[in-house]
Amino acid sequence: METDLNSQDRKDLDKFIKFFALKTVQVIVQARLGEKICTRSSSSPTGSDWFNLAIKDIPEVTHEAKKALAGQLPAIGRSMCVEISLKTSEGDSMELEIWCLEMNEKCDKEIKVSYAVYNRLSLLLKSLLAITRVTPAYRLSRKQGHEYVILYRIYFGEVQLNGLGEGFQTVRVGTVGTPVGTITLSCAYRINLAFMSTRHFERTPPIMGIIIDHFVDRPYPSSSPMHPCNYRTAGEDTGVTYPSVEDSQEVCTTSFSTSPPSQCVFTVTKAHFQTPTPVVTDTLRVPMAGLAFSHQLSSSRLSCQPAALGVGSADLACPAVFAAGLNTTHPYQLMVPGKEGGVPLAPNQPAHGAQAGDQERLATYTPSDGAHCAATPSSSEDTEAVSNSSEGRASPHDVLETIFVRKVGAFVNKPINQVTLTSLDIPFAMFAPKNLELEDVDPMGSLHSDGSSGGSSGNTQDDFVMIDFKPAFSKDDILPMDLGTFYREFQNPPQLSSLSIDIGAQSMAEDLDSLPEKLAVHEKNVREFDAFVETLQ
Amino acid sequence: MNCRSEVLEVSVEGRQVEEAMLAVLHTVLLHRSTGKFHYKKEGTYSIGTVGTQDIDCDFIDFTYVRVSSEELDRALRKVVGEFRDALRNSGGDGLGQMSLEFYQKKKSRWPFSDECIPWEVWTVKVHVVALATEQERQICREKVGEKLCEKIINIVEVMNRHEYLPKMPTQSEVDNVFDTGLRDVQPYLYKISFQITDALGSSVTTTMRRLIKDTLAL
Repeated sequence: METDLNSQDRKDLDKFIKFFALKTVQVIVQARLGEKICTRSSSSPTGSDWFNLAIKDIPEVTHEAKKALAGQLPAIGRSMCVEISLKTSEGDSMELEIWCLEMNEKCDKEIKVSYAVYNRLSLLLKSLLAITRVTPAYRLSRKQGHEYVILYRIYFGEVQLNGLGEGFQTVRVGTVGTPVGTITLSCAYRINLAFMSTRHFERTPPIMGIIIDHFVDRPYPSSSPMHPCNYRTAGEDTGVTYPSVEDSQEVCTTSFSTSPPSQCVFTVTKAHFQTPTPVVTDTLRVPMAGLAFSHQLSSSRLSCQPAALGVGSADLACPAVFAAGLNTTHPYQLMVPGKEGGVPLAPNQPAHGAQAGDQERLATYTPSDGAHCAATPSSSEDTEAVSNSSEGRASPHDVLETIFVRKVGAFVNKPINQVTLTSLDIPFAMFAPKNLELEDVDPMGSLHSDGSSGGSSGNTQDDFVMIDFKPAFSKDDILPMDLGTFYREFQNPPQLSSLSIDIGAQSMAEDLDSLPEKLAVHEKNVREFDAFVETLQ
Repeated sequence: MNCRSEVLEVSVEGRQVEEAMLAVLHTVLLHRSTGKFHYKKEGTYSIGTVGTQDIDCDFIDFTYVRVSSEELDRALRKVVGEFRDALRNSGGDGLGQMSLEFYQKKKSRWPFSDECIPWEVWTVKVHVVALATEQERQICREKVGEKLCEKIINIVEVMNRHEYLPKMPTQSEVDNVFDTGLRDVQPYLYKISFQITDALGSSVTTTMRRLIKDTLAL
């Protein structure tokens, strides 16, 4: 089967599959960051954009993907999977989707590797870009923040769909036939989000009072869907069965030939740009002694780190998208603005009690500026900064305190659903009855909607029963109808009868026919109308 | 060669027409656009890079991905705007359709003009519904969003069948296959037209050219 493929084609094909796998992971993870992605087109080939698509490389994600692959490639029986899960602030987690890159035995020997396969892989990546925005997890990830975060995990081997619940659905992104097998990219996603619907997150009031120990050490539940990202099936040998692809920093400089048009000349040149990956690795190893290294990274909270992106690429993405990541008190705070209450970062000292249990948190690297800088291409001096910071005991403490301060701020701030409430298109929305399932109803300040279940859609009043509503500055003894009653009665006026008429039932002709009758009636009452007009004058 | 034809149908509120059409058209064009070709000597060429952009819809709970090209977006918005206006002014049942046709040019000898041979046509049929209450509109936002998700999946399914695509052209032939007029990307040659169905249900063909002629005649 493989003897038909010459060595150069085989080499090229392996390279294509490897970088396709890495780009697939980038697209999926970036689509779950919770922000809109924007990259620029470039009329001139930059040489570093695989498959002629501007897909940024988040170093952490590339590192995780390479670790999971461990020099191997997706092959028959060995799939690369990206698991997307949701974790609430209370520690409950749930798998949302599994993206699988698989290979089967069906070969297409006729296809040209360096032309058709390459272009079809490019098309498949475009399809992936489109599909990642239409699965249910996308909308959840756009709303992550206070109550939940989205996590990812990459693993290699057998696909595990058990965590998706019953009745999960599958969407096939596409397939590409190659001389060694057919590459298939698909997604299995959970549809049973009943106990953790988006509405649940929007209505649930913020948990006030449980702040400092919010992310306290919790025993790692045995039923947790999160597994070490270096999970492998038993008995698997590393890189024995399949030749490992050289992990060189190669750029894709693709030249196509038009004579004849179907042929292709594919050249790959080695670029001498620095990759931040090794630097990041160094950084990671220093502070994380004693912790489950793979745990930390596998459950990484997603973010975008502008300085670390676009390795080798001159034109970066729209600044607005990635600059958002800088708007935090901490460079590695994996939050985007507006989503406060970030995941606390693991400290340098693993023995730190309050944080020891955060093995699932994204910790990332050293929670200091040194590590952040280390992610940029200029590596040498930053490595020093990293090692310095790891030795400095003061900074992790400071960072820890900083985190806790942010936690307090996160829940004291106006919660999202309160903003939602006031922006609803309801008259006197601010005075709309709140969810009185809360025990502590302030008798005086019932106008103060403290982030109770405003809900996301229009008619919130239908869901709640008002017990006591005392609007400020209202007096019961002067008017027979007090201000509160007035508000209640006129908040939901009945629909105008003219709007509720079925337009189809009454045509223009009928309107015109009824006009003479109406005019006659009005003429009869003309004296009353005149008298009324005189009273006005 | 037979022309591949795909038909999609959507039911939307009046204010959602534009975004729904843009979402579908941009998704198709994302798959049918490449980077700019740069031909070198010895008959080889390199390809530029295509960037992408997430677009949130204002009236639909939906986000779609489009090619990062302001020129392409402007061209689509222009024709979709004309379609939306034509739908609104038709006074009919709110039925219409847009067609996105990919074609190849075939040079003909003088005095015959070049022949345009379509190889793929995407037709999007639109049914405009009128809603009375805010609650219905909110439900419509979500429902149309879900429907568009299904349409995107359908489009991707068709794209990945890897059926006929024009061969990569030589430098002299590139304008017969691709639209090389854009600065940053290079879609296959395409044209967009639309039709509005009047109240009687008969099809009144209104091509873009005819609309312009009527406007000039007024």
